Amino acid sequence: MKSSRILALTLLTALLTFGMILAVQAQEPAPTPSDNQVNAIAKQLYCPVCENVPLDVCPTQACAQWRALISQKLTEGWSETQIKDYFVEQYGDRVLGTPPPRGLNWLVYIIPPLVILGGAILLYRVLASMKKPSPSLAPAQNQTSSQKDEYIERLEEELRSK
Amino acid sequence: MTEETPNALPLSTPTRRHTPWGQILAWGGLFVLLLIVAFILLRRQQGPVGVGQPAPTFTLTTFDGEQISLDGLAGKVVLVNFWASWCKPCEQEAADLESAWRYYQPRGDVVFLGIDWTDTESAAMEYLEKFDITYPNGPDLGTRISQRYRTTGVPETYVIDKNGLLAYVKLSPFLSEQEIHSAIDPLLQP
Repeated sequence: MKSSRILALTLLTALLTFGMILAVQAQEPAPTPSDNQVNAIAKQLYCPVCENVPLDVCPTQACAQWRALISQKLTEGWSETQIKDYFVEQYGDRVLGTPPPRGLNWLVYIIPPLVILGGAILLYRVLASMKKPSPSLAPAQNQTSSQKDEYIERLEEELRSK
Repeated sequence: MTEETPNALPLSTPTRRHTPWGQILAWGGLFVLLLIVAFILLRRQQGPVGVGQPAPTFTLTTFDGEQISLDGLAGKVVLVNFWASWCKPCEQEAADLESAWRYYQPRGDVVFLGIDWTDTESAAMEYLEKFDITYPNGPDLGTRISQRYRTTGVPETYVIDKNGLLAYVKLSPFLSEQEIHSAIDPLLQP
């Protein structure tokens, strides 16, 4: 009887302690993200005002504000993708390091491989033509020389007959 | 002597010519690419929208969530000011703009719109509070409005007349409230 009461008390104490720990954890604010966490996202984004400067190394006041914004969003539990989408919505595609594949942007992804492929084909054909002479060229040359001989023969014949 | 014309022998046999589709495609592609580059360069060199041209239309969602369409402001003189909280020259004109707005607001036929360009909302709100700005302001989401006006930075101000034509462009801060009045007053005369 006594032991069961002790067991019940122990269980109750354990439950209460567990509940208190959970409550304290829930009340605790999310930890402030480190500079490295902020910069990991910032380096994938570009300053919308100063051209071609990644946000993590940009020294302007505006960029400092945007880094603070990234930190704030991370604290609120936003994911990297959500933050990048937010920046695109606010400041346009130019904040991204690579253009999103849509509309005219597709040219950026299509043209370079096509040019490389075309160049490779051209190079292969040039090299191939340099390696072996064209089979149609040799008989043509022979034919031309035989035609020439025929003309020379006729010419000589004419001269002789004179 | 018999004159015998030798039979003309063909020097080369005629070969079947193939259409060089590869070359046509390559040159065509290059031409299209150059056209695109030329188009982009031309657009970049156009500069801001000129006076006398129809003002590009837009819809601004203010920080309060209100939607203001330029089309809905026909018949009114509209001052569109591009600014940012990090822009020091913008601070120079902020008080004058607000003062001018308070002067014209009772008339009802002049509207001021502030467009916050590439900014963070918290910093923008601090800026509006600091200069006690009461006319409608909102972010230039995706920089769509500034792209339509082909702005080159901040601050820039565009004044649109009652017919929707661009009447005045200022690509630097106003130096006095009087300068704002001199841009708007001629447009209010009947």
